[in-house]
Amino acid sequence: MSGYVVTILITIAIFAILAHSLNIITGHAGQISLGHAAFFGIGAYTAGILYTKAGLPFWIDVPLAAAVAGMVGAILGIPCLRVRDDFLAITTMGIGFVIEAVFLYIPFFGGAMGIGGIDLPSWFGREMTKSEYLILILVVLAFLLLLDYRLSRSWIGLAWASIREDEQAASAMSVNIVRFKVVAFVLGSGLAGLAGGFYAHFLTFIMPQNFGFGQSILILCMVVFGGIGTRWGPLVGAALLGILPEISRPIMEYRTLLYGLLLVAMMRFQPSGLLGPDSILIKSFNKGLSRLRPGS
Amino acid sequence: MALLEVKSLSKDFAGLHALDDVNFTAEAGEILGIIGPNGAGKTTLFNVISGIYAPTSGEVQFQGKSLLRMKTHEISHLGIGRTFQIVRPFPNLDVETNVLVAFGHCIYPSLWNSIGPCRRPEALREVHHLIERTGLEPYTKNLAKNLPLGLKKRLEIARALALQPRLLLLDEPSGGLRYEESYQLMKLIRTLRDQGIGVLLIEHNMQVVMDLCERIVVLDHGSKIAEGSPDEIRMNPKVIEAYLGKETQDA
Repeated sequence: MSGYVVTILITIAIFAILAHSLNIITGHAGQISLGHAAFFGIGAYTAGILYTKAGLPFWIDVPLAAAVAGMVGAILGIPCLRVRDDFLAITTMGIGFVIEAVFLYIPFFGGAMGIGGIDLPSWFGREMTKSEYLILILVVLAFLLLLDYRLSRSWIGLAWASIREDEQAASAMSVNIVRFKVVAFVLGSGLAGLAGGFYAHFLTFIMPQNFGFGQSILILCMVVFGGIGTRWGPLVGAALLGILPEISRPIMEYRTLLYGLLLVAMMRFQPSGLLGPDSILIKSFNKGLSRLRPGS
Repeated sequence: MALLEVKSLSKDFAGLHALDDVNFTAEAGEILGIIGPNGAGKTTLFNVISGIYAPTSGEVQFQGKSLLRMKTHEISHLGIGRTFQIVRPFPNLDVETNVLVAFGHCIYPSLWNSIGPCRRPEALREVHHLIERTGLEPYTKNLAKNLPLGLKKRLEIARALALQPRLLLLDEPSGGLRYEESYQLMKLIRTLRDQGIGVLLIEHNMQVVMDLCERIVVLDHGSKIAEGSPDEIRMNPKVIEAYLGKETQDA
């Protein structure tokens, strides 16, 4: 594989983890977030600072990045517990702006210049190649999909579904709304922080713009595009929106136009996402399969 | 000790007295009717008992335990199940899953147990038993949003029963039901009573109320205006006035 392809695949894999983490909060527990990039950023900055300033190796700073992002998610989740729907959207957006501003204006975080000199991880006494790094991230992603499978079959998954469907009815069924929302926020933010750690060591240089409002929207688009609340949707969304800018390089100037049109078309014809319920993709796949089956 | 004891309960909404010094008790194995004209405060009473609203003053005790500082999920965990006047099943979950959510009431308090898989055969067996009891077995795998109103109401009862309640708050269970549907429902409510469950029943259908309840509490403008047997209530001039208005001399 050429370096170019590996680079794109790593980006997609990191964004797949990220989209997956937002899917826990928004897809499973039904809590909209327009500030998810902030937790991605908290992870990236935690890993970057621990690596460059404290000299901790990749293998320690990335798990710590996830832990810090998860903790901040728990703290910032508290104001989010009392608001719903559009108010929650605005609250999370505000949180995103505040955290981006913290990175930008506090000198400790490097300001607009960001943090540089974060290397790819090393193992066996040498630096990892990009292909090895890709495999590492894919292994993590596979674990997360397994976790998702497990959670969706657990009582936690059931409690999340009931909160997503109707909070008041859920609490009348003795579901502790606050606790299960906090679990979703912590898990979602923590995994976003994990993705951030991987991202920092991949870019080797991070700055506040990587974690702004636009990025939050892009993550949400990936989730919605692939199929919100589904297991594979976020992955598909991340892959599609990751490849799209590459294949549309020749029409660079029209790229945002293309994006916008695609989203509008998507909402019009397939609002539940590519892999969501009544997915055209899955239906036509099943149709094709039954045609191939002998005797039918 | 009474199953439920409501003592001088009041609830104000920005100056409006939705409940004003309401007192009554409900016993296990009894169906207590709560009637009154629209806006009398019946649903507010249910919302205060189930912890959705905090009362302005007064006290609610369940088996001698005060419910005042408890959250909705804690109150339902104690064994108070409820249905909603405007039905609220979980629309995009199937009937089985709807009931299963409530069945988890003994598991949610422990986060560790909540990690475990929810579709255990023993849990599903109990859930199917409840679905059968409420006559929903042909619809087990149907999404709740696709059910007609009568079945949605039964689903809400099945869900409330999955909490293994000692007290059931039913908010207009027969509203919008056809005759035979509400007949089925009355039969079900009677068997629940015979099991020893206490039932608080808000109902507009007087026939249902008079047939089912041993005792009736009448609310009007947030106050209790009468309490007694169906026959006493039928004769009570205050109740007739609340429903039909005052008789005038020249009428």
